[in-house]
Amino acid sequence: MNIKLKIWRQRNATSKGKFVEYQLNDVPAEASFLEMLDILNEQLVLKGDDPVTFDHDCREGICGACGLYINGHPHGKFKNTTTCQLHMRKFKDGDTITVEPWRSEAFPIIKDLMVDRSALDKLIQAGGYISVHTGGVPDANAIPVNKHKADLAMDAAACIGCGACVAACKNGSAMLFVGAKVSQFALLPQGEIESEDRVQKMVARMDALGFGSCSNTYACQAECPKGISVSNIARMNRHFFAAKIKK
Amino acid sequence: MKLNSKIPSGPLSEKWTKYKSEQKLVNPANKRKLDIIVVGTGLAGASAAASFGEMGFNVKVFCIQDSPRRAHSIAAQGGINAAKNYANDGDSVQRLFVDTIKGGDYRAREANVYRLAEVSNNIIDQCVAQGVPFAREYSGLLANRSFGGAQVSRTFYAKGQTGQQLLLGAYGALSKEIERGTVKMYARREMMDVVIVDGRARGIIVRNLVTGELERYSAHAVVIATGGYGRVFFLSTNAMSSNGSAAWQCYKKGAFMANPCFTQIHPTCIPVHGDYQSKLTLMSESLRNDGRIWVPKDAEKARLIREGKIKATDIPEDERDYYLERRYPAFGNLVPRDVASRAAKERCDAGYGVNNTGRAVYLDFKEAIQRLGKQAVEEKYGNLFEMYERIVDENPYVTPMMIYPAVHYTMGGLWVDYELQTTVKGLFAAGEANFSDHGANRLGASALMQGLSDGYFVLPYTMQNYLADQINVSHVSTELPEFEEAEKAVKQKITKILSINGDETVDMIHRRLGRIMWEKVGMSRTEQGLKEAIEEIRQLREEFWQRVKVPNTEGMNNELEKALRVADFLEMGELIARDALMRNESCGGHFRAEYQTPDGEAQRDDEHYAFVAAYEYQGADNEPLLHKEELKFENVELKQRNYK
Repeated sequence: MNIKLKIWRQRNATSKGKFVEYQLNDVPAEASFLEMLDILNEQLVLKGDDPVTFDHDCREGICGACGLYINGHPHGKFKNTTTCQLHMRKFKDGDTITVEPWRSEAFPIIKDLMVDRSALDKLIQAGGYISVHTGGVPDANAIPVNKHKADLAMDAAACIGCGACVAACKNGSAMLFVGAKVSQFALLPQGEIESEDRVQKMVARMDALGFGSCSNTYACQAECPKGISVSNIARMNRHFFAAKIKK
Repeated sequence: MKLNSKIPSGPLSEKWTKYKSEQKLVNPANKRKLDIIVVGTGLAGASAAASFGEMGFNVKVFCIQDSPRRAHSIAAQGGINAAKNYANDGDSVQRLFVDTIKGGDYRAREANVYRLAEVSNNIIDQCVAQGVPFAREYSGLLANRSFGGAQVSRTFYAKGQTGQQLLLGAYGALSKEIERGTVKMYARREMMDVVIVDGRARGIIVRNLVTGELERYSAHAVVIATGGYGRVFFLSTNAMSSNGSAAWQCYKKGAFMANPCFTQIHPTCIPVHGDYQSKLTLMSESLRNDGRIWVPKDAEKARLIREGKIKATDIPEDERDYYLERRYPAFGNLVPRDVASRAAKERCDAGYGVNNTGRAVYLDFKEAIQRLGKQAVEEKYGNLFEMYERIVDENPYVTPMMIYPAVHYTMGGLWVDYELQTTVKGLFAAGEANFSDHGANRLGASALMQGLSDGYFVLPYTMQNYLADQINVSHVSTELPEFEEAEKAVKQKITKILSINGDETVDMIHRRLGRIMWEKVGMSRTEQGLKEAIEEIRQLREEFWQRVKVPNTEGMNNELEKALRVADFLEMGELIARDALMRNESCGGHFRAEYQTPDGEAQRDDEHYAFVAAYEYQGADNEPLLHKEELKFENVELKQRNYK
């Protein structure tokens, strides 16, 4: 198929960016979206132009490195699909495809389509873990865990940290990302012990890092490639207010 | 130099306890004065860095991605083994040890493997305490499933995302230590060289991938946890940035490279579909618990399928050849990976392959869906089925999946002793980057086990033993001439690559290397093919240095990153082929067509090849020097592997 690409190009964090158009012909329908960009980049390199920079790694939808705004949607408009798992067969011959980086104040642009998402790591550092040391822990079966709760914890833990929720949110809020982590641990007896501290620290860090507030538009859930539910935000809010009242 | 594996004396089951009770310790005040560099944040690197930080050392940890959470351990799907015997099916440390030694076709070190089996149970305890959401029974207790090469159910799992959940557990522990200030994280950095001062590893040179600047970091010890070198084959299930360069620089600085030809081809990957393809996708081995592998019995029917005239579902039950169940009735579809991969190749070579390429076999869930119901199958494998459908555009609940083997893991790696120390003092290697535990073939669900074993439970002990002698060494300066020289050499290499301005992209050359490797150094190797491969790789390497075209862009330069890695792959490929040529036997993932039993199984030669091949670098134009570490088997009997 033949397609026209409109790609955001920006040399570095401080320079001014712009859309550049590229015509790409004979794109195989079986190629993934990123393989299509590889084909473009190969042509650019051979012409002596600078190839398009974008983040990607595992290319099987689990590492969370890739993330592009495709035709106005993070990871494109298809449900539960990361950019690397999106295939060109989903587009039509002659389509114009607009590709932009994540748009969020918390994620400054590094180059072209690549952004700096280290704010997400800083959120986890605030308390997105159970504070156990290596060694000296009880037998794995010493504490039974209700299967339904364990399954809910797994659903929350499926977050790949790509940042689509933040990019999709008009306020640039990280509530779904934080809610999923808070929920995962609050649902498990091992994590419940420090859940009050955890939720307060993570929410405080979220504000400090400049992420916006949540106004319940659910855009995050709609665009999450792993189908993380907004019920995790509700669970986080419940824990947050319970902790506040106790204080 | 004689290789000293430093295996403690005494009975196998007491060696590790003995080591731990006799090792040297470092007191808390001295720990604060000692610096450790960890390169890589996968299961091995993240767990080691977090544990060192908890112990009180100063840790600097480096990763190539934008976040430590993205290391490729994250893509492991199926599970992690442990000898808990929760399933009450007769498992034990001894059995996990024997299965791993046998699965590795008797080319791994007994003492290391036994230790791995021993600490496997601690890993599960640790991960549960970290909040890893493993699958559970309705009773609230942990669930298990079975994997290839075992007759017990000892695999713990978190849906089809076990690697992700274990890595996030280790990433959580690492984040906790970053917050505490014991660990300093350096993301988007790639190691360019290791710096050796007075015979000891004292630091690294990295390239800051955002600014393009070279940076120097020093420490009292360096841990390489940078994974395997599977991308030497171009197409593999590895991530795009996975590479062998960090380990390769260590090799060039004196660390020995062991068993490089032991590469694993995984039997259940989504088949190749086109030239532009950048990587292959694995379908978890756990699928072989319920999926049945087959091709048509009639080669004519296979041809009609290839031509698109009939479909898999048109082949009636009695015309299907469930070849693994036929050849290996005892293990059936759950034979080890090397056996399953070769059997698929054998059927396809014989003309029974499907897909338009003829390079695929079926993995069928019809029987499982009838037996368990669609919902139960969906609960177990739903995310894998979805992933398959997204890539292939076919619904595996209706039509059988198509699979074909692909490069997945490298058992070979930096030679390490029992302490995971390489032949360079103070330079350690952990996880897939070392060679130590899987012999010639790794069993499924054992990579996660080894990575976490090395990081949580082995290195924290052995590193202390090493550093106990270093407490009087003050902070190492990065202004030393050794750092200066190492940085200069890297700079020259980069300048040279940028100056070529040829007519082929890095990927074009990498693809050509991949074709040589896959055809001649892949699933089936011959003396002649390997000799040709060595010649062809040498020629391609020359071409690379004349024809590669890399844009001369300042700062972030992805093409330059790839070029530096491919320059190393072009050297590694040759060593892999040389090692395969030296090893005149077939064992595990290394199959030499000249050495097979009458029914086509791998024929080992224990009399002449029961050793670890460790290579010492002798300069760019010279053949490496081979050192042999004899493998002694005192606790298992050497036998022809039999999965029948």
